[in-house]
Amino acid sequence: MKLPYGWLAEWVRLPWEAPELGARLTMAGFELEALESAAPEFTGVIVAEILSAEPHPQADKLRVCRVSSGGATPVQIVCGAPNARVGLKSALAEIGATLPGEVRIKAARLRGVESQGMLASAKELGLGEGASGILELPADAPVGTPLREYLKLDEPVLDLNVTPNRGDAMSVLGIAREVAALTGTACTGPAISVGAPAHDEVLPVALEAPAACPRFAGCIVRGIDNRATTPLWLRERLRRAGVRSISPVVDVTNYVMLELGQPMHAYDLGKLRGLIRARHATPGERLTLLDGKELQTETDMLLIADEEGAVGLAGIMGGLRTAVSQETHDVFLESAFFAPEAILGRARRVGLVTDASQRFERGVDPSGQVRAIERALALLKPIAGGAAGPVRVAESVSHLPQRPPVALRSAQLRRLLGVEFPAARVQAALQGLGMQVATTESGWRVTPPAHRFDIGIEADLIEEVARIVGFEAIPETAAAVAQTFRRVPEERAAEVALLEALAARGYQEAITLAFVDPALQARLFPEAAGLSLANPIASDLAVMRVSLWPGLLRAALENLHRQQERIRLFEHGTRFIPQGARTLEIDSLAGIACGARLPEQWGIGKEARGPADFYDVKNDVMGLLSATGEGVAFSFEAAAHPALHPGRSARMLRRGEPVGWLGELHPALLKSMDFTYAPVLFELDLTGLALRRPHYQEISRYPQVRRDLAVVLDEAVTLSALTERVTLAASSLLRELRVFDVYRGPGLEQGRKSIALGLIFQDISRTLTDDDVERLMASVVADLRESLNARIRE
Amino acid sequence: MADLTALTGQALAEVGACGDLAALEDVRVRWLGKKGRITELLKSAGKLVASEGPEAVARVQKSRTEIQGALEARRAAISRADTERRLSAERIDVTLPGRGEESGGLHPVTKARLRIETLFRRAGFEVAAGPEIEDDFHNFEALNIPANHPARAMHDTFYFPDGRLLRTHTSPVQIRALQEHGAPLAIIAPGRVYRCDSDMTHSPMFHQLEGLVVGENVSFANMKAVLHGFLQTFFERDLAMRLRPSYFPFTEPSAEVDMSCVFCAGKGCRTCKFSGWLEIAGCGMVHPNVLRASGVDAECFTGYAFGAGIDRLAMLRYGVNDLRLFFDNDLRFLRQFRSFSA
Repeated sequence: MKLPYGWLAEWVRLPWEAPELGARLTMAGFELEALESAAPEFTGVIVAEILSAEPHPQADKLRVCRVSSGGATPVQIVCGAPNARVGLKSALAEIGATLPGEVRIKAARLRGVESQGMLASAKELGLGEGASGILELPADAPVGTPLREYLKLDEPVLDLNVTPNRGDAMSVLGIAREVAALTGTACTGPAISVGAPAHDEVLPVALEAPAACPRFAGCIVRGIDNRATTPLWLRERLRRAGVRSISPVVDVTNYVMLELGQPMHAYDLGKLRGLIRARHATPGERLTLLDGKELQTETDMLLIADEEGAVGLAGIMGGLRTAVSQETHDVFLESAFFAPEAILGRARRVGLVTDASQRFERGVDPSGQVRAIERALALLKPIAGGAAGPVRVAESVSHLPQRPPVALRSAQLRRLLGVEFPAARVQAALQGLGMQVATTESGWRVTPPAHRFDIGIEADLIEEVARIVGFEAIPETAAAVAQTFRRVPEERAAEVALLEALAARGYQEAITLAFVDPALQARLFPEAAGLSLANPIASDLAVMRVSLWPGLLRAALENLHRQQERIRLFEHGTRFIPQGARTLEIDSLAGIACGARLPEQWGIGKEARGPADFYDVKNDVMGLLSATGEGVAFSFEAAAHPALHPGRSARMLRRGEPVGWLGELHPALLKSMDFTYAPVLFELDLTGLALRRPHYQEISRYPQVRRDLAVVLDEAVTLSALTERVTLAASSLLRELRVFDVYRGPGLEQGRKSIALGLIFQDISRTLTDDDVERLMASVVADLRESLNARIRE
Repeated sequence: MADLTALTGQALAEVGACGDLAALEDVRVRWLGKKGRITELLKSAGKLVASEGPEAVARVQKSRTEIQGALEARRAAISRADTERRLSAERIDVTLPGRGEESGGLHPVTKARLRIETLFRRAGFEVAAGPEIEDDFHNFEALNIPANHPARAMHDTFYFPDGRLLRTHTSPVQIRALQEHGAPLAIIAPGRVYRCDSDMTHSPMFHQLEGLVVGENVSFANMKAVLHGFLQTFFERDLAMRLRPSYFPFTEPSAEVDMSCVFCAGKGCRTCKFSGWLEIAGCGMVHPNVLRASGVDAECFTGYAFGAGIDRLAMLRYGVNDLRLFFDNDLRFLRQFRSFSA
């Protein structure tokens, strides 16, 4: 909310300059967002009078003016503005002047005629759009006075942020009340004097929805001149407060709203038909608003209507049919109280958040309608003339907001704030805000003023006391902390340990958005219907991810496009799996590897320079799985996944329960996504990474014996099938089984492979003899021949 | 036996001339071997005594010991020189990089979050979590933000067709934690939150830190101490803090938390818009309606809550000047944060 300093000063004594005022208001809850001058910087512009205006000899649209700038001799100015006329007082930018936008004024020749400066428009001076042509100043403007001085353009304008609970402060008056409370002074506005009614005509108003509109003040003004020009001082105030000047009637109602916080509306009386009603919309009722928009109303919307139908959306915007225009001579002024509940949300629903709706939603002083209308009448009369009738108030007193007293206990004040304030200080703070305060046994009984909608409970009063006394008066007090223990389950891995394990393996953590491109997700997970957003921010961020892969793939691609050749990314985050009306939020850890097996470096083999494959990433994943303390509980089974290469994808299981996926991106996706190397992806549910508490196993004191075995098998036989047989046949004396070579090629039949195993035997209670080991090896060999059609390579 | 002296001199000279162990061995054999010249002299000890007198044997033996000593000294010298030569030949360029994988790292937002969790855990807080897809009740109603409330306009909410929504703040965790554990309670809840807003300074997904302390006599003064303590420890700096009255539907009184600018120490710079202050959090005393909605007796208990942007804390801590960098996942950016978690 923009607040010109001088306007505020009319309402309350200001002991502070603008920056200090802004700081004080900030610390009282009205944050100063900006402090600017009423006009942008410019220099060298003075009030000047046009003494003569002759046609330019060379150009039809230009005129050659003699302009008095207060000096002995007039200056010659060439001007193209249509309103450059004899006798007009305007703004002269003299030679050497600097206008906003670094425009420097120099002597110039326009079509052969010299111009010693420029007559400036409002726009050129940064004073808003204004009317077309050069600035028109009042006839009594003193020639030669610097314009900034004359128009007080160095007046500071405070831009304050008023929180939504403080509708009462959305006006000059409202902030003046706050300043009064802070300074312990009174808030006195300009005197409002309205003469006796010039006629006794009134327009009857029926309150048909008294809860929504319990008070409606109206007044008929006849014979106004709405073609009159709103005086510059008023237009300037409006501009400085951020409101455009329209016409005298509209300007005055806006002025009153900005000053008193009471939105008003003016109807063209000649277009109103009969009785005015404040009522709810009937089903299907339509209304064309001031801005020309045709509105389909809803029955919870409050309307102002005449006998022909709706003439306004109450508290939000008036209707087009009865709008005032330049031709309007007779107006009906409305100054009503609409209950916040009757207005809340409607403006946003129809996309018309107006100055009026913002105030009514937050609460307009229910006692201020008459004062506002009187202020408007007093302002309008000297501008547009006219004869005002009596102010007629229709009201339903029982529906007006009540302000029941609220109890404030001194003990609770102390308890909640953690500090004791002197009773007198508490009382003064509340009274300064216009509250009625009575002392009680335990504290005070406080009745808030009509304009405060935010004081309903004790905590509200405590806030007011703290705010006015100042939050800085509350000390910082460390709480007494009880030394209590909480359970920390040892089966839950510390998040940092998981993340750093992956980081140690070269992966960089990413954070991708939780909503992804539906098209990409559908290609990766055609069977999983992700949860769609009703209002996505972009069409490629429209569906909740069912996996972290879409985000990681995108991040990997973007990095490839940034010339990063080797990518290792992982993410820890939630994926969202719809399940009926609910959505499972699964805490997941996923990664992507793309590019060379090792970073480019000296002294590594050719093999290590090739692209990372399934087995590289499997080792990274196994590093995590083993760190659960139970790596053996995990198994990998070949399984198809639509996003993965059908021959290079595995479901990861823990004791047979699925915990995730690992595999190479499907070749079709590889191509369409424009990857050079096939990325390898993994994703794990974090519940699958529960830790097993370590339990000590006795270490054998006897030597271990190793025997190697090369087994030739059909390609179809998996390693896990082989190790399962070996483990079974080798008995519990087999301590460890290592795979140290897999070979295909010359020397082997087509479709067969050779796997070299290292078997390590050890007993806990004795040294194994050669015989023992030979027997075990023989039984392994026999079993493999039998069960897997294996041949033993010598 | 003038020639023993000459002989010894000759042997010692030969030893001294040896350049390697093989030559040295030859010398040893030649002089002290089974048929070596000194050995031969000793073999004919009798003759020697006869011709040279009884001390002659002792003189030869002394000469032998002398040669022996010279041989050993020479051998040690040669092996030392050998070792030195070999080690010198084995010298490597220690400035060549090591082989193998290079390390990755954690995301700066994660680093900041983990640090925040550590600090609060040490102060006696527990870390809580809640769902990211919420219902209207937990995200709004229970937090004293009924339908049509103007405060809803400040939350650009992502909705799902069935009315559920992506949480716009971590405050719903307050409700869930109180419903689950009741009072007294001291938690923080860091997490991802969502608002449909995206520009220079807004991301549709960002990270918030929620804090909630409820107890029998928890006060505003306690809240001030915790917030100031947190900011000072997080930034490891003796910075000033001020609380400014504000409005949140779920707290009363409510305040914005400003801290003195970490870049200019409060003198005024571009980051703090020359105010010397940075807005870093919102806080307040839990509104009785919120306590009641969570099943807590609002007469018995009081509490405070606060919320801060983790991304913003991370930006200020690590000097990141554009929020969007956090979600671009540019490796050139991420790699700058490859240090251990502290």
